[in-house]
Amino acid sequence: MADTAAQESLITDEMRAEIGKRSQPWTCEVDKLQVRMFARSVGHTDPIYYDLAAAKAAGYRSLPCPPGYLGTPVYNPATSDATFGGRRGSGPGPQPRRPLTRILNGGTEIEYFGDICAGDVLTAVSYTADIVERKGGLGEMLITTSKTEYTNQDGKLVAVSTGTGIRY
Amino acid sequence: MAANWNDVKEGQEIGPLVKNCSTQQLVQWAAGSGDFYQIHYDKDFAIGTGLKGLIVHGALKNAFLGQLVHDWVGNNGRIKKYGCSYRGMDFPNEDVVCKGVVRKKYEQGGEKLVDLEVWTENPQGQQTTPGSATVVFK
Repeated sequence: MADTAAQESLITDEMRAEIGKRSQPWTCEVDKLQVRMFARSVGHTDPIYYDLAAAKAAGYRSLPCPPGYLGTPVYNPATSDATFGGRRGSGPGPQPRRPLTRILNGGTEIEYFGDICAGDVLTAVSYTADIVERKGGLGEMLITTSKTEYTNQDGKLVAVSTGTGIRY
Repeated sequence: MAANWNDVKEGQEIGPLVKNCSTQQLVQWAAGSGDFYQIHYDKDFAIGTGLKGLIVHGALKNAFLGQLVHDWVGNNGRIKKYGCSYRGMDFPNEDVVCKGVVRKKYEQGGEKLVDLEVWTENPQGQQTTPGSATVVFK
């Protein structure tokens, strides 16, 4: 194998050109049924996630989203992914200079800028924020940071999620 | 009882919140989160991909850490930011122990803020999901 320093970057100009490009928006609905299902599946015991009166007493408009829940993408059998529910990808996009076949979900972070409650309809837009390459225990790795912005029905940005994908 | 701003101290531990996922819970999470990837509930499928068996969803562990922080702050504040890295797999019917420690207590921009380090531990005591959170107190 060639010396690393002599190798060209994994990241092509076409990949760099994708950074910052905003996706088409998609809609995520927040409703009471799904807030309860999400909270129940985690094992939350705080009644604000189940009981409207408890949520209102705590200052929420309706049942609030438990941490990690940012609504459910509206399902459309023609365009949604059957396994994950989100929009089906439009293709693999520009590929790295040398093929990487395996993918790991590296992590996730959510920053909140307002309450999100049942009844809200969020518009989500995502973009690639950064691509870096590293050499590690898994060999050559590409680390892609993507961000998704969630804006509610009043036009207020209520959350930004950041995901880290690792290809190797 | 929910944490109070005046009583919060740097170095203070939070939790543990002990979780132990049945396969039923993983199916509930699939429905709750909308992630129906079969490695989390179809053992034959999971083994077919090279795994030793079913694994707990990473995002579920992230949600557990969210519960840890939410239960700590209660209605005395809100989670401003939180997240984690997925470093290791966890398995059904094994404890996933969620823990945290207060790293920083400060006021900034008129807000009362607390930064926490949070993580999950497997039965071998390894951190499989290290993360962090920032809570804003009322």
